[in-house]
Amino acid sequence: MFNLGELLDLPLIWYGLIATAIFLYVLLDGFDLGVGILFPFAPSDSCRDRMMNSVAPFWDGNETWLVLGGGGLFAAFPLAYAIIMPALYMPIILMLLGLIFRGVAFEFRFKATGRSRRFWDYSFHFGSLVATFMQGMVLGAFVQGIKVQGRSFAGGAFDWLDAYTVMVGMALVFGYALLGATWVIMKTDGITQDWARKCAQYVLGYVAIFIGIVSISMPVMNADVKRLWFSIPNIFYLLPIPLATLVMFVLNWRNLHKGDEYSPFFLSMGIFLTGYLGLGISVFPWLVPFAVSFRQAAAAPESQSLLLVGTVVLLPVILGYVAYCYYIFRGKTSDEAHY
Amino acid sequence: MIATFDPVLLARIQFAFTVSFHIIFPSFTIGLASWLVVLEWRWLSTHNPVYEEVYRMWVKIFAVTFGMGVVSGVVMSFQFGTNWSVFADRAGNVLGPLLGYEVLTAFFLEASFLGVMLFGWNRVGPKMHFAATLIVAVGTLASAFWILSANSWMQTPQGFRAGSDGLLYPTNWIKVIFNPSFPYRFFHMVTASYLTTAFVVGGIAAYYLRHNRHVKHARVMLGMAMIMAIFVTPFQAVLGDMHGLNTLKHQPAKIAAIEGIWNTEKGAALRLFGWPDQAEEKTKYALEIPKLSSLILTHSLNGEVKGLKEWPKDDRPPAVWVFWAFRIMVGLGILMIFTGVTAAVLFFRKQLFNTSWFQRWCMAMTPAGFAAVLAGWFVTEIGRQPYVVYGAVRTSKAVSPVIGSQLTMSLLAFIFTYVFIFGAGSYYIVRLIGKGPGDSEKAYGAHGVKEPPLFTDSASEKGGKHV
Ligand code: HDD
Ligand code: HEM
Ligand code: HEM
Repeated sequence: MFNLGELLDLPLIWYGLIATAIFLYVLLDGFDLGVGILFPFAPSDSCRDRMMNSVAPFWDGNETWLVLGGGGLFAAFPLAYAIIMPALYMPIILMLLGLIFRGVAFEFRFKATGRSRRFWDYSFHFGSLVATFMQGMVLGAFVQGIKVQGRSFAGGAFDWLDAYTVMVGMALVFGYALLGATWVIMKTDGITQDWARKCAQYVLGYVAIFIGIVSISMPVMNADVKRLWFSIPNIFYLLPIPLATLVMFVLNWRNLHKGDEYSPFFLSMGIFLTGYLGLGISVFPWLVPFAVSFRQAAAAPESQSLLLVGTVVLLPVILGYVAYCYYIFRGKTSDEAHY
Repeated sequence: MIATFDPVLLARIQFAFTVSFHIIFPSFTIGLASWLVVLEWRWLSTHNPVYEEVYRMWVKIFAVTFGMGVVSGVVMSFQFGTNWSVFADRAGNVLGPLLGYEVLTAFFLEASFLGVMLFGWNRVGPKMHFAATLIVAVGTLASAFWILSANSWMQTPQGFRAGSDGLLYPTNWIKVIFNPSFPYRFFHMVTASYLTTAFVVGGIAAYYLRHNRHVKHARVMLGMAMIMAIFVTPFQAVLGDMHGLNTLKHQPAKIAAIEGIWNTEKGAALRLFGWPDQAEEKTKYALEIPKLSSLILTHSLNGEVKGLKEWPKDDRPPAVWVFWAFRIMVGLGILMIFTGVTAAVLFFRKQLFNTSWFQRWCMAMTPAGFAAVLAGWFVTEIGRQPYVVYGAVRTSKAVSPVIGSQLTMSLLAFIFTYVFIFGAGSYYIVRLIGKGPGDSEKAYGAHGVKEPPLFTDSASEKGGKHV
């Protein structure tokens, strides 16, 4: 049957594709989750309306990248999907519950009045907060490794919970808040924008601290990671990553104070990119760290081939119309309203 | 103590609960999306504002329903791994790509253009807006295509081989995607969604007519709903019959349970009602019509119908559920056909819009579609037990190594969340229905918020304090 396995390194391609889908999820849903995290701190109700309107047309599409990440993992690496989901059962269920409460808030909040409206404000906020925190914990547990026996998860129900995962959870909350704040700077003006700029300046410092902690702790916790980053000549190849991160922090700091409206958002995305690359390089080639590599977890080549054809054809189309939708809703949210 | 609960049972209850909750929304949004396309097309081609106002009312209801469909669907896509990880590992080679295609061809399309459909009114022209509505509708159908293909493959698997490692490997994708029960299930389900929507729309139109509100709009709504009831309900019964014959060929045990037949018989009677008893292996208190079962299933009065005793005890589905769920679905189908026939008669007598008892009847039928859809899925899913992939993977061998106490907690959390969210969503939908079409206030997007101020209104920004 139809099989591209002899021509292409399918597992490697899929490893890259899944990593890309998850990264796009982090970037895109990151900013709308970030808006939710900052939501109750906004100076007024009309600021909140404007913030919500700035993400309302996009949140569903953004969340679909998560479904692609999960569904793609199931399709391309069923073994990894079958081990990771039970291993991280509780944080994943809690993340899903958080996503429910924030997702429905988009619709319900605008239908509600008075006190119940405030309830959906908080539902949006706490839903976003819990979902983000749980995603961070999932990441923290993931990079620390998962216990596997045979083809199943073999650890305990609370393996995912320790000080480190809590720290990574908090790191992601600040990270998404940075994306959210810089998004709001870009999409609004006036008081909302001023407030968001202050938030971004404040949050940026925390993000720097957390990235520092994670970068130091990874090689300290794991000898392989240490060897990877600090041996010669690797260190010279890899040095650009931390350097680029540093440069982007400095630029972001300067531009936020200068009053730039667009660059902080893109610089924050850049910081996420280098952070993600750093983690990816440390974890490679594991898909279930440090037990199952992406080659061991790969689906049958027939399965990976079938979906690859669809992906190669459809992914550019998807990226095209997603971009078109962002283009339709370009400009400031407040200006959008006059019709 | 909680930990001693059977994890397989808990995982099944949780999956059944979350998927039953999820399907309520697709069965409404699939039909509604297509109907909105028709409405917008009518409006663009006739410029009759009634169509626009009906569209604008229902697109808000659509938004609320769709939102709940999305969040409950995202949960589903993770449950294959959280609850059924062994199944995910063994069947992933076959099912994974189908679900992957669903994301690529359907979910992105729906999710991206939904934004344009709801908020794009004055950012794109009417043609592009219509295109967005159309794309969303096509997306819902594409989604149904892939997920039903996946589900049908689990019912009637083919085009695969079992490897020595216990995993299932695809051998022929065309055979996997277009497996024997898929065409029937796809058309039966899509038709079911259209009927669900039609009866909701019809019921609400009848309510407006009874209270003499929005009469112009209500006539359009009731008229369109009854066209569906008249022409599509009989079609659904025919499709259902064909579906059943297909099931007889591939899953005869399910049909035996549907019919409540225990002993293989020639000239089997149709048991209209009764109580299939799993332990005593017979259907008690049966009300029978001689020979009818054989006639329906084999198209001959003395055809042979297999009974449940043909299968060993642990290979039989729990018959009571299957038996009764089937009767609920078919019963509702018959009531729907009756509604259509009555509507046709009233229409020719020019009394469709002013017959009081018929209005009350339509109002009572509002939830009929949802109930029939759920009942139908219960037949399908419980009838294939004890297998998750029919004949290939047993349900008891598919469950994740997740301990019972965790499952109990998550199940309770889901029940609490869903009941609450569903309650709130229904409440807002009822309020939207209460408001009705054609409210003069100009709305921002589809959200029914008053138009935000033209310029950044700093006074109100400073003023309105939160909490
Ligand atoms: C016959 C139709 C049908 C059936 C049987 C199912 N769904 Fe569904 N699903 C849809 C029809 C649909 C839809 C019409 O496409 C929805 C409903 C509302 C919506 O937003 O899209 C949807 C939404 C939806 C979403 C959110 C998509 C988004 O982000 O936009 C996911 C992840 C799933 N579903 C996954 C599932 C899974 C894993 C199912 C099986 C266990 C399932 N659905 C059964
Ligand atoms: C959308 C409407 C659906 C409903 C209402 C529904 C309902 C149910 C119910 C009641 C069960 C439990 C049966 C039992 O354990 O006795 C079940 C099980 C299951 N269903 Fe569905 N189902 C639906 C669609 C699907 C689809 C589309 C898929 C897959 C593509 C699917 C996959 C499963 C799986 C994996 C199980 C668990 C294993 C099992 O108990 O058989 N279901 N479903
Ligand atoms: C009136 C005559 C009807 C007949 C004879 C009929 C027949 C059937 C049969 C035999 C099945 C089980 C197929 C299987 O699992 O292998 C089924 C499933 C189902 N039915 Fe019906 N049905 C009828 C009406 C309806 C109506 C009115 C609705 C909803 C509005 C509906 C919705 C469903 C759904 C959602 C399923 C599960 C999905 C599927 O397997 O297609 N049915 N039907």
